[in-house]
Amino acid sequence: MTTSTRAVADAAPLALARTLRHRRERRIVLVLAALVLLVAALSLMVGAYNLSVPDLLRTLVGQGSSSENFIVFKLRLPRLTLAILVGVAFAVSGALFQTVLRNPLASPDIIGVTGGASAAAVFGLLVLGLGSVATSFMAFAGAMVVATAIYLLAWRGGVVGYRFVLIGVGVAFMVQGLLGYLLSRADLRNAQDALTWLVGSVSGARWPEIAVLAGFLAVLLPAIGVLAGRMRMLQLGDDTASSLGVHAERSRLALLVAAVALAALATAFVGPLAFIAFVSAPIARRLVGTGSLALLPAALIGVLITTVADFTAQHLLPGSLELPAGIITGAIGAPYLLWLLATQNRIGKGA
Amino acid sequence: MPQPTGQTTAQPTEKPVGQTAVAPAASARHALTATGLSLGYDGTRIVDNLDLAIEPGAITVIVGANASGKSTLLRGLARLLPPQAGTVTLDGRNIAGLPSRQVATIVGLLPQQPIAPEGIGVADLVGRGRYPHQGWFRHWSSTDDAIVAEAMAATQTLELASRRMEELSGGQRQRVWIAMALAQKPDILLLDEPTTFLDVTHQVEVLDLLHELNHEQGTTVVMVLHDLNLAARYADRLVVMRQGRIIAEGPPAQVLTEAVVLDAFGLTARIIADPVCGSPLVVPIGRFHGTA
Repeated sequence: MTTSTRAVADAAPLALARTLRHRRERRIVLVLAALVLLVAALSLMVGAYNLSVPDLLRTLVGQGSSSENFIVFKLRLPRLTLAILVGVAFAVSGALFQTVLRNPLASPDIIGVTGGASAAAVFGLLVLGLGSVATSFMAFAGAMVVATAIYLLAWRGGVVGYRFVLIGVGVAFMVQGLLGYLLSRADLRNAQDALTWLVGSVSGARWPEIAVLAGFLAVLLPAIGVLAGRMRMLQLGDDTASSLGVHAERSRLALLVAAVALAALATAFVGPLAFIAFVSAPIARRLVGTGSLALLPAALIGVLITTVADFTAQHLLPGSLELPAGIITGAIGAPYLLWLLATQNRIGKGA
Repeated sequence: MPQPTGQTTAQPTEKPVGQTAVAPAASARHALTATGLSLGYDGTRIVDNLDLAIEPGAITVIVGANASGKSTLLRGLARLLPPQAGTVTLDGRNIAGLPSRQVATIVGLLPQQPIAPEGIGVADLVGRGRYPHQGWFRHWSSTDDAIVAEAMAATQTLELASRRMEELSGGQRQRVWIAMALAQKPDILLLDEPTTFLDVTHQVEVLDLLHELNHEQGTTVVMVLHDLNLAARYADRLVVMRQGRIIAEGPPAQVLTEAVVLDAFGLTARIIADPVCGSPLVVPIGRFHGTA
């Protein structure tokens, strides 16, 4: 045996590289988690009636007065919880799309998946006169239909990222046109309702809805965890992934289904909160910078953006008008898109 | 269906749980064979009714003009492309019917332009080559570490372990990719133009590395090369393709004749003996020289 005569290679550099890599990601996760905790505490404490830290802690362990209980458990905590859950859902959805299609523009809000949800929801609201639960179902179905259509249109014996994105952008314009048509022929008061839904907001969160969303996430997120290994191989391109024993097309489809489900769910519950799916993963990956999937940091960034946006919309803008969080996330996302377009090709990774 | 004889012990028919899957790859000789193979995309046929038996333990180099179907053949052999007709068999069994992870522990392919995720470190990338050997119950182990370290030592990339891919030169990057393919421990390694984009020094370096791998570990190497002279020097067997078919196959000294070069490339050339090692050396003749 020739292998036995060769000196055993020293694995120490590998262990070192791995330690550095993991330490960096762990540190970023800890910092992000601390920030989330801070924002969460603030959004529970600040409002028309301010709570102090001891007040809040007392209330959380069940020792609060009835008014404190009402403020925390009926008003602020549901809203915060919903913001956190949809933050995770949008961010992970965007991370999956971008990884699996290997394109930074591949995000449910850019390629018309959330747009499809919106159009269906508005159709339900304006034309069918549906209530909020039925509207959520319509939104979910709309996202699924649009995503399936894009997948089928992009199929040429396989799906290539850029083709999927280009077709998605085209489809996004189509659903935008449909939305405009629906809004323009509706009467003013109904159109106002629809517009509010379209901007996206976490206000009006109620525990039963939150439980449903949490239940779906409890199924989807572990499933994505199981597929994460395959996703790491897909990062290397279809050919390399296949030669490493991954069914590229099958794995991509499974991950896309999960990604669409996440985006569709989140949109169904809070409307199309702009750009969270689009920006979270790239920010997380830039922070971590090790080529890892960075799903956990991305989820935390998504939570941070959603909660900060909602906090800003509620408390930090001048005037008494309470804005929906979607306006703030849009204001964050649009400059990022410009920056991305301006820098990507310079680095030579535009495709 | 013909049963493989003699090699069944080396071939894991089910996933080894307790024991490591290291030992077989070095000694086992697996046979990869294409029979009546036709390949193509969207109705166009690129490889046409082709028969090829890869000789186990040898270096096979596929050469041919652009668009002669070399890369497509390689993709078909690695089952990245389903056949339009015919079969690819591994030890007599149709490769399309085998579990893909099991195939991946035996056959590895390094694509022409592999993609490195932004920011990825060298050690991380090479380590991903261990994927087919890991399963639901077997995660990263010290065995994986040892194999990755050995692959990196063989390609002289161990000292780059903590660097990022984008910091490396083209030659270093290619060695890292080969290290990843080695970490996969394939018995049959397919490489699509592994020397493209490299200067001549790095080309020779990569080919020497593959020669070493073949001689020391017995890995069967199949690669597409553009440089006929390097192909002739490093190949045990040369496969010459034209328009999706094999027009000549065998030891370079027998295969690489002036007639074959003219047939495959439409190029008139003189063949002389390589002064370094005696393999055939193709001296091309253009329109303006060699009329004498």
